[in-house]
Amino acid sequence: MKALRNFFEKTKPYVQKGAKYHWLHSTHDAFFTLAFVQKDTSKSGTHIHDYIDMKRTMGLVVLSVIPALLMGMYNIGYQHYGALGQLATTGFWSMFLFGLLKVLPVIIVSYVVGLSIEFIFAQFRGHEVNEGFLVTGILIPMVMPINTPLWMVGVATAFSVIFGKEIFGGTGMNIWNPALVARAFLFFAYPAEMSGDSVWISADGVQKMADGFTGATPMAEGVAGHTSINAWHAFVGLIPGSIGETSTLAILIGAAILIITGIGSWRIMLATVLGGSFMGILLNIFAVNPFMAIPFWQQLIIGGFAFGAIFMATDPVSAAQTTKGKWIYGFLIGVLAILIRVLNPAYPEGMMLAILLMNTFAPLIDHYVVQGNIKRRLKRAPQSA
Amino acid sequence: MSKHFKLKRGFNIRLKGAAEAVLEDAPAPKTVALKPTDFPGLTPKLSVKADTQIKAGEALFFDKYNPEILFTSPTSGTVSAVNRGERRKILEIVVEPDGKKEFVEFTKADPSKLSRDEIREQLLSSGLWPFIKQRPYGIIAKPNVVPKHIVISAFDSAPLAPDYEFLFSKEKSALQTGINALAKLTDGQVYVGLSPEQSSGVFASLKNIETNTFEGPHPAGNVGIQISKVCPIGKQDTIWTINPQAIIYIGRLFETGKLDLSKIIALAGSEVKAPKYYKTIHGTQLDSLLKGRTKTETHERVISGNVLTGAKVDADNYLGYFDQQITVIPEGDDYEFMGWAAPGVDKFSASKAFFAKLFPKKEYVLDANLNGGERAFVISGQYEKFLPMDVLPVYLLKAILVNNIDKMEQLGIYEVIEEDLALCEYACTSKIKVQDILREGINSMIKELG
Repeated sequence: MKALRNFFEKTKPYVQKGAKYHWLHSTHDAFFTLAFVQKDTSKSGTHIHDYIDMKRTMGLVVLSVIPALLMGMYNIGYQHYGALGQLATTGFWSMFLFGLLKVLPVIIVSYVVGLSIEFIFAQFRGHEVNEGFLVTGILIPMVMPINTPLWMVGVATAFSVIFGKEIFGGTGMNIWNPALVARAFLFFAYPAEMSGDSVWISADGVQKMADGFTGATPMAEGVAGHTSINAWHAFVGLIPGSIGETSTLAILIGAAILIITGIGSWRIMLATVLGGSFMGILLNIFAVNPFMAIPFWQQLIIGGFAFGAIFMATDPVSAAQTTKGKWIYGFLIGVLAILIRVLNPAYPEGMMLAILLMNTFAPLIDHYVVQGNIKRRLKRAPQSA
Repeated sequence: MSKHFKLKRGFNIRLKGAAEAVLEDAPAPKTVALKPTDFPGLTPKLSVKADTQIKAGEALFFDKYNPEILFTSPTSGTVSAVNRGERRKILEIVVEPDGKKEFVEFTKADPSKLSRDEIREQLLSSGLWPFIKQRPYGIIAKPNVVPKHIVISAFDSAPLAPDYEFLFSKEKSALQTGINALAKLTDGQVYVGLSPEQSSGVFASLKNIETNTFEGPHPAGNVGIQISKVCPIGKQDTIWTINPQAIIYIGRLFETGKLDLSKIIALAGSEVKAPKYYKTIHGTQLDSLLKGRTKTETHERVISGNVLTGAKVDADNYLGYFDQQITVIPEGDDYEFMGWAAPGVDKFSASKAFFAKLFPKKEYVLDANLNGGERAFVISGQYEKFLPMDVLPVYLLKAILVNNIDKMEQLGIYEVIEEDLALCEYACTSKIKVQDILREGINSMIKELG
């Protein structure tokens, strides 16, 4: 470790302002701070600072999505061999390996493209590289259908980092969840590659789907009137869908990590689930078609609902920031997601749009909560003037 | 009507090295000094030159914009130096004691028989006035104002803070005399905030006051928190606050007619060999006290005050004007490989992101390392957990950053000073300099509204 530290310390003067390799400053700084907690001590204000920092926080979020990612990899293999009709003859590891090899390039593209842009912006702005993209970079692959071409992943990542985040000033200033901006960009720019029944299953070499395999997501099936959902499969994650969104079980493990460590807002998670259940029950009561009649709890385990509620809606920057605001924000996401999903056949998955919409309204919700605080404070101590 | 307030929000930082309840005499200091930098916003004007002979209670300097506010010498002796910093800013006015114990004579009288003006005059001329702080803003009280109430916190909940019952248990008469003097300065009440353990202590037995009890973690002992519960500050309200130590000085002044600034301080922190209490004097030089009493195993950081709000001082510097403790912690100026990713069994944290959470009783050695780089506000809902007031700290800080006076006022800048938000700064994931930002906001409020 000493050698590594010496290397960083020795090269530091060469990347300072005015030195020859100044253009590598943000890169040097990013890797140095990643490898070593720096020796800087408090100059003003409190003398002690908590051990928690942005790297720890974002690192824990990445850790929490890993189960869903691994499960997603397995599911890709499962769907593939399912479509081939070879489920019975293929082992667990073959399926997992198939998925791993499919997903890894997507992750690499996302990180390389996104981090390059981040480093460049940090260099120009004279900031440190923000850790936010460590999370965004893993979330982007997880919300992509497996058949998304790599160049599209790259373009979407670039779009989301530049227009979803950096033009607002970087991590902490963005209005929308950057990972969802990437997804939405593809959804509207390349609709053919982003929806339909053929994008969800990696089916290279599959001539004809085996019996029982349509490749359609449960939502697409639902809109078409086929509502026989295998709830256990949907919960464990053996259904067609985006790479990381299918396994509710794995997502719940992630939720547990986020809640126990206090990194993710349990209020938003709970409020979203409550909102979704509320809307689901409402639709059950007034059901006029088979999709509306799907038991409300099944709506929560299919599609991207769980993934969105746990990992997307809880992004602290784009979510509501006040305690009361979080309840309202989460609840409305749940309501809107199910509403869009069931009643608007043009958009078979409502979660992405619901979260982006509520991201947009989060500052408004907060505004009214803050106004409430101001009024309450005025009442308590009259500002006589 | 005594009320009991149970505060849920807040946090006790479990530091190693609390002072043991043992009192020793500190070695007599070679010099003592007053530091104008202990008063935010003060412009000092010297009233003495170097090498002047002075008595205890004679003015060393005064406030340029309120010349009646004097700062007087704690001891008789010679003004040995006026230390200046950048742009000739006065840092310290140093007095070398001559051991003669000569005092300026002030009026010796029972304050309850004196008028408000007489008491005010005596406090101003003796140099005890600067101990009175006003809210809003936490600056020296304006002598021409009559405050709505005077609020006193009778306990300090900050990390490793001294136990006030231990410090002041023998000073009951001086405390009572001081309270009687202060009570004359307001038309309202003198409120004293007690911790639940103090129900039978020296403060609970005082008269001429109204007591309330505050139960909960730090910052329950901060007077700002207590004000927000007892008598919230509105626009154009003024509340005065004063530390019990200063009340004792006032009591002694009226009882003896002399300025007696001897006090007890706690020497605490993980780098102190045997943390305990020492009897010393206001503004004492620290070197003789620290010498041989710290471990000197690592780089040390000496703090006049506590780890949240104190000032970093060199070992030959002086005790701060309001400080009752010296804290010595490791500087922590070293790299740690992948420190952010470690499981963190030994990493005490206000968050739940480290395994240290599993040991809720253990005490920890914490150093002055920043443990991360400064970022924008990312995490929400974090600061609120450490401020038991109906104030939204992040929104207030953002209003300050864009210098929006109206919003600052609406969001509660009158109610908080640095110490109230210090825990937020400690716990902040983004390492934002909360206290610096808040003082900036207070300064622009003073500039805009006077």
